Amino acid sequence: MSESAHASATHGHPGHGEGETRRDFLALAATAFAGAGAACALWPFIDSMNPAADTLALSTTDVDISPIAEGMRVTVKWRGRPVFIDHRTKKQIDEARAVNISELRDPAKDEDRAQKAEWLVMVGVCTHLGCIPLGQKQGDPTGDFGGWFCPCHGSHYDTSGRIRKGPAPLNLPVPPYKFLTDTSVSIG
Amino acid sequence: MSTTSNAPKKNGIVEWIDYRLPIFTFMNHELREYPTPKNLNYWWNFGSLAGIVLVVMILSGIFLAMNYTAHVDYAFVSVERIMRDVNYGWLLRYIHMNGASMFFLVVYIHIFRGLYYGSYKPPREILWWLGLVILILMMATAFLGYVLPWGQMSFWGATVITNLFSAIPLVGEPIVTWLWGGFSVDNPTLNRFFSLHYLLPFVIVGVVMLHLVALHTHGSNNPLGIDTKKNPKDSIPFHPYYTVKDMFGLGVFLVIYAGFVFFAPNFFGEPVNYVPANPLQTPSEIVPEWYLLPFYAILRSVPDKLAGVIAMFGAIFILFLLPWLDSSKVRSATFRPIYKQLFWIFLADCLVLGWCGAQHPEGAPLLIGRLATAYYFLHFIVLLPLVSKFEKPRPLPESISTPVLKTEKA
Ligand code: HEM
Ligand code: FES
Repeated sequence: MSESAHASATHGHPGHGEGETRRDFLALAATAFAGAGAACALWPFIDSMNPAADTLALSTTDVDISPIAEGMRVTVKWRGRPVFIDHRTKKQIDEARAVNISELRDPAKDEDRAQKAEWLVMVGVCTHLGCIPLGQKQGDPTGDFGGWFCPCHGSHYDTSGRIRKGPAPLNLPVPPYKFLTDTSVSIG
Repeated sequence: MSTTSNAPKKNGIVEWIDYRLPIFTFMNHELREYPTPKNLNYWWNFGSLAGIVLVVMILSGIFLAMNYTAHVDYAFVSVERIMRDVNYGWLLRYIHMNGASMFFLVVYIHIFRGLYYGSYKPPREILWWLGLVILILMMATAFLGYVLPWGQMSFWGATVITNLFSAIPLVGEPIVTWLWGGFSVDNPTLNRFFSLHYLLPFVIVGVVMLHLVALHTHGSNNPLGIDTKKNPKDSIPFHPYYTVKDMFGLGVFLVIYAGFVFFAPNFFGEPVNYVPANPLQTPSEIVPEWYLLPFYAILRSVPDKLAGVIAMFGAIFILFLLPWLDSSKVRSATFRPIYKQLFWIFLADCLVLGWCGAQHPEGAPLLIGRLATAYYFLHFIVLLPLVSKFEKPRPLPESISTPVLKTEKA
């Protein structure tokens, strides 16, 4: 671009330096402007691929937790993905709280992961590559730490849903949720 | 068809058109006269075979699309309808399904041909790159297409592969959400995958054209790996010699391809993909299609998420550097005693990786996978540069015609 401007400028004013810089400047400015414009025009196309308004609108789920007995785990669907609701036993809570935080890959206190100690609410999607860990159903493998086990590439989660072994980098995420009453949770 | 001269037939209409749009001159030049080394063996059939399979894929795909519905509630049943109710729908689908496997088989052979005979060396580096771009586009297209029937493996394969991008620091999560158009693989994902699966093969056609322009600029390499431009006796016109050879190869290939389509149509498939997608249940084992297994094995060999993803993509991208990693002036492995052995070990290594990719990643398969992954990179980063420096190649013949005269075969 600047080269052709250069060539034509030398043609127009043989031996003149002035016209050259002026034309170079105009050419550069015009190119930069057009480039920026093109980049801006690209954005609507890219953004159209992001979640649409109706997809975003579907983003809370209310769950009645009264039928979930102690020691039972239930899966509900939130934003197209599973959320694990675990009514933990005393033993599971104690195990989760006895761990030395500094030894964890993704250090987090169990107290910070569960609003009420007996209720653990997490997105049930392995933080490695998105499989659903096993452990929700009776008889499922629960891994070396009694929590969940992801069969895809072998990640083990503990009774607080924290990653303890395997390729996953992070703990199972805790979604935003609040207790509407003692027996009802709103996720999202 | 019995013409021995390569001049195009005179024909008024043809000449009228050609004067205005020299399409006939062009085709005559590139497909008839095109000077080709006279010693090409059957490994040189696979380029044109790949081109033909690409056409078969596009054709069968267009007709499938006429009956396919890209919606999470209908995708699976629309495919079953194609299989049961649409006239010859089963044939179209089996052609397309097995065609993908055939495409990769042919292209992998084509690539290993290039590795053996040094076809990536100067002046064919860009030709090689364009081939790799085609390979990457093919992988993307095949992955997108595999999602469309919306079976369990479609869904979970899509989930695992799109999640690879979440390994990117900082922007990983937003990128994955953007790819999905939601918070998981769902209807928006299926829709865009269909759109892109339709688009990419035509992009491949474009890159294949460039691949051929680059090929025809310096001509084909050959089993001896020497330049054939010097001696006019080394080249023969493409037509009829190689058109005939390519057609013969095509016949053999079609017998094999049809064998799968008609007698073992689900040989390459996964039975779980005949179970409709269930976003709340991961199948006990997630395995990609066979042609992606070596890369999947590399991914799983590395215990760290980001490093695993980098290794997997690196395994392909390192091939772009091959012309510089292997600096030997001699192209063909025929004259490179050590490289020739490395080639076979490397091929075996890729097969071992493929086997590991299909196993449960624990115990012996995991260990073997790790060793094979290490060797894969060792081959490119350490062995090739060293061997190309220190290996003493055997003397090269002057031209294709000379070794025939003073034969001394090893
Ligand atoms: C759709 C896929 C492809 C098509 C249709 C295609 C087509 C062709 C054709 C027709 C030829 C000439 C005939 C021959 O030498 O076999 C050729 C040559 C070549 N291709 Fe491809 N190709 C494809 C993919 C690839 C890939 C993935 C690579 C490697 C990464 C590659 C690398 C080469 C090289 C290096 C040559 C020159 C070979 C030589 O003359 O020795 N191609 N290709
Ligand atoms: S997706 Fe869970 S371990 Fe890989």
